[in-house]
Amino acid sequence: MLVDSPPEQRAETAPAPPTRRAVRAFGLLVSVAVLVLVALASIAIGAKGLSPEQVWHGLFQDTGTYGDVVVDERLSRTVLGLLAGAALGLSGAVLQALTRNPLADPGLLGINAGASAAVVTAITYFGVTSLSGYVWFAFVGAAAVGALVWFLGGSRGATPVRLALAGTAISAALYGYLQAVMITDDAALGKMRFWTVGSLASATDSTILQVLPFLAAGTLLALGLARPLNAVAMGDDTAKALGADLNRTRALSMLAATVLCGAATAACGPIAFVGLMVPHAVRSFTGPDLRWILPYATVLSPVLLLGADVIGRVVARPSELQVGVITALIGGPVFIYLVRRRRTAQL
Amino acid sequence: MSGSANPYTSRSTVNRLSAENVTLAYDQRVIAEQLSVEIPDNSFTVIVGPNACGKSTLLRALSRMLRPSQGRVLLDGQVIQSMPAKKVARTLGLLPQSSIAPDGITVADLVGRGRYPHQGLLRQWSAEDERVVQESMARTGVAGLAERYVDELSGGQRQRVWIAMALAQQTPLLLLDEPTTYLDIQHQIDVLDLCAELHEEQGRTLVAVLHDLNHAARYATHLIALREGRVVAEGAPKDIVTAELVEEVFGLRCQVIDDPETGTPLVVPAARTARARVAATEAS
Amino acid sequence: MKTTRVLRTPGGLSLRLDVRAVTVVVLLLLAALAASVVLIGTGDFPIPAGDVVRTLLGDGNAGQEFIVRELRLPRVLVGLLVGASLGLGGALFQAVTRNPLGSPDVLGLGQGATAGALTMIVLFSGSAAQVTVGALVGGLVTGLAIYLLAWKRGVHGYRLVLVGIGVSAVVTAVNGYLLTISDLVDAARAVVWMTGSLNGRDWDQVWPLLALCAVLVPLVLANARGLRMMEMGDDVSDALGVRVERVRALLMVAAVLLVATATAAAGPVSFVALTAPQLARRLTRSPGPNLLPSLCMGAALLVTADWASQRLFGADQLPVGVVTGVLGGVYLLWLLVTERKAGRI
Repeated sequence: MLVDSPPEQRAETAPAPPTRRAVRAFGLLVSVAVLVLVALASIAIGAKGLSPEQVWHGLFQDTGTYGDVVVDERLSRTVLGLLAGAALGLSGAVLQALTRNPLADPGLLGINAGASAAVVTAITYFGVTSLSGYVWFAFVGAAAVGALVWFLGGSRGATPVRLALAGTAISAALYGYLQAVMITDDAALGKMRFWTVGSLASATDSTILQVLPFLAAGTLLALGLARPLNAVAMGDDTAKALGADLNRTRALSMLAATVLCGAATAACGPIAFVGLMVPHAVRSFTGPDLRWILPYATVLSPVLLLGADVIGRVVARPSELQVGVITALIGGPVFIYLVRRRRTAQL
Repeated sequence: MSGSANPYTSRSTVNRLSAENVTLAYDQRVIAEQLSVEIPDNSFTVIVGPNACGKSTLLRALSRMLRPSQGRVLLDGQVIQSMPAKKVARTLGLLPQSSIAPDGITVADLVGRGRYPHQGLLRQWSAEDERVVQESMARTGVAGLAERYVDELSGGQRQRVWIAMALAQQTPLLLLDEPTTYLDIQHQIDVLDLCAELHEEQGRTLVAVLHDLNHAARYATHLIALREGRVVAEGAPKDIVTAELVEEVFGLRCQVIDDPETGTPLVVPAARTARARVAATEAS
Repeated sequence: MKTTRVLRTPGGLSLRLDVRAVTVVVLLLLAALAASVVLIGTGDFPIPAGDVVRTLLGDGNAGQEFIVRELRLPRVLVGLLVGASLGLGGALFQAVTRNPLGSPDVLGLGQGATAGALTMIVLFSGSAAQVTVGALVGGLVTGLAIYLLAWKRGVHGYRLVLVGIGVSAVVTAVNGYLLTISDLVDAARAVVWMTGSLNGRDWDQVWPLLALCAVLVPLVLANARGLRMMEMGDDVSDALGVRVERVRALLMVAAVLLVATATAAAGPVSFVALTAPQLARRLTRSPGPNLLPSLCMGAALLVTADWASQRLFGADQLPVGVVTGVLGGVYLLWLLVTERKAGRI
């Protein structure tokens, strides 16, 4: 089992000392401030750079100037980035807690691939064209793969290696299916090759409105699970001894992770590693208490996603690198670093 | 004898296996520095000490699983790392703590794998191999299980099978890393009795790491007590196991009496009042 | 179930044969040959099996001679060699990682080769030969990167697996990006390549594969006994006198070469490397890496799958990778469930 820092586990049975709590609360405020800055940067930076005044004008005194139109476009992209980032980070944090596996990530566990395969099926074979139509397919796909991985990994003795392998193998199979669809259908290929990378570029207000209810519900549900998930972190037997309702917690956690990840994938395509990296970084600051990890992940994940999106707009001008590519390029090395850092005995 | 930090003094004959001033470390974590140990030939040597004192690490170094960052381990006068792997494997066997039985392997097949260092591409299974495997299984009492699958066996039976595999290697030296862990008390004694027989009847040199000080005192002919990577004492158990030594090595108040069965030293931990007194004196 | 036979010569030489494994190897070889003959006879111009055999033995009419010798035989040979390489490479990977899912296509080798090939297709509009070279380089570089990144006082199976997964995820994203910047014609060509296909393979692909197999297969088989010992953990095999790191490095290099070359020749045909060793193991019912049975199983599988794809979808309609992908995916699910029950994944 990979456990980050077992000794610190004790910290959460006793209430944290007031100073520590104050530090964490202050840190959360700072994180929110950083998020606001990154969001503004995401509006200002792009193929055409905008000055702070133009951003201000576009946001609060919209009179239809060219700058205002650009702000409008980038605003929906930024808002989608905020929502999707929070969703991916939260679902990653919940999955890591639920599987007691610090390498869990909706992308690595194949949940993204499940949603992708279902969406592609919906578009190609069922003629579904609207996001509100295929978001349901995304849920079904994400839930099916999530259930399978849970079935494989929820059992005793499942190691992070097993889970990651099962997820990767399932992803490989599903991507094979996607390829088969793309081979037989040039139109599908034309659309799908952009969608399967994971991008915020196609965001519109209607996209946001369609996934917003799901994301909001999922976020609330996930945040409410912090306390029971803290008990699950102590191991099944201990959690039972502490009086936690294991099955309910698991079912609700999977539901929350599936809804969050499915909706985010339906809106932006599969984006990996956000759910892996942010909870890790957060945990090194907050310790293992999910009551802090989850809010932090909610705030900081969009920072990463929007930051990656901004980088992607800048590095390959005049075209742009999709955010899914950037997160993979950052996340892969982080993942390998995490793997290398761990001692043999812990796996 | 007690506290002889330098084992070189007045040794006339050279033993087959020894460690000379070795420094042992995992990455940056140093477990032992400048440690020197001799394994007397034809002894049943047991290494004891508290958790994390470096006893398993020392055994890994002696069996060339761990390369010392300084110093050297000598086998028959040669640096062990410089010798051909198969040659070492015909002289020195190791039963590690963690070993994996391949899925669906039978007892006879697993024991047969101990013959690897005696085989080659064109000498895959000689009549001698067959005979040694049969003998090793008979010796350890698993001949009746030969065609059973290893997965189906109990913990005690499985440990016997692994010992049989190490025996089939036919090495004059055999190193065992905590061979009694995870076993019930009757299987622990069973395995240790087997080790004692191997030592007495076949004259093999055995080196074992054991957790239980009383088992060590009863079975060992030569005891090495480690604390924090240093040899605190070595010698025959009845010469060195005293209440003072136990307190020095384990920090445990105790009496040492004669084992009513064998006459070897038997450590009886002090009652709680005595421990409370120790704690009080340590605190002040 | 004592099926082992020992052959001994008076000179002290001895060979140990697992009768069941030998039988399996012979049957799989026969199956692969039979499937090859049927596959050569399949296509827009069907040839009866008897004529195929006669033509192969140098006794057919001129028209059939041309079709068989120049068009279909090289394709079938590429199929056999690619299948054999993938089967053997997969068995090596699974033995080294000690995990039935630790196959090269899961660990990113296929993705790496794809990245090389896509670079050639998308950025340089390369010829078929250039794509092959690109794939070979991509596969080898990825294999080397995974090995080096996983190295830390030796390479442990689990670290190899996880590092492979990380590398695989990164390279997958890069491949997706390359697809988005290509025009639709190149993208279509790239997707076909990414699926794995034997269409249009000729003698140019046969020779390098054959040469590599001729060198590597004996080398690997000679080290099989060490690999068999390594199943019991590094400590035990070390104690038995196996140079664990050296054997592992050697076999990994061989496996990467086999898989990269096979992928360069036919694209990343999915799941052959994953399923062939598992199926072989179920047939031989013996522990151990089952290298030779896996090799034969890979060859038989790929040729049979190619034949199935031609029969089901018509000649050259769908590449063989679609068939292995679908079959492999189903098998994978079954494997995940049963292996989980046995606690082995």
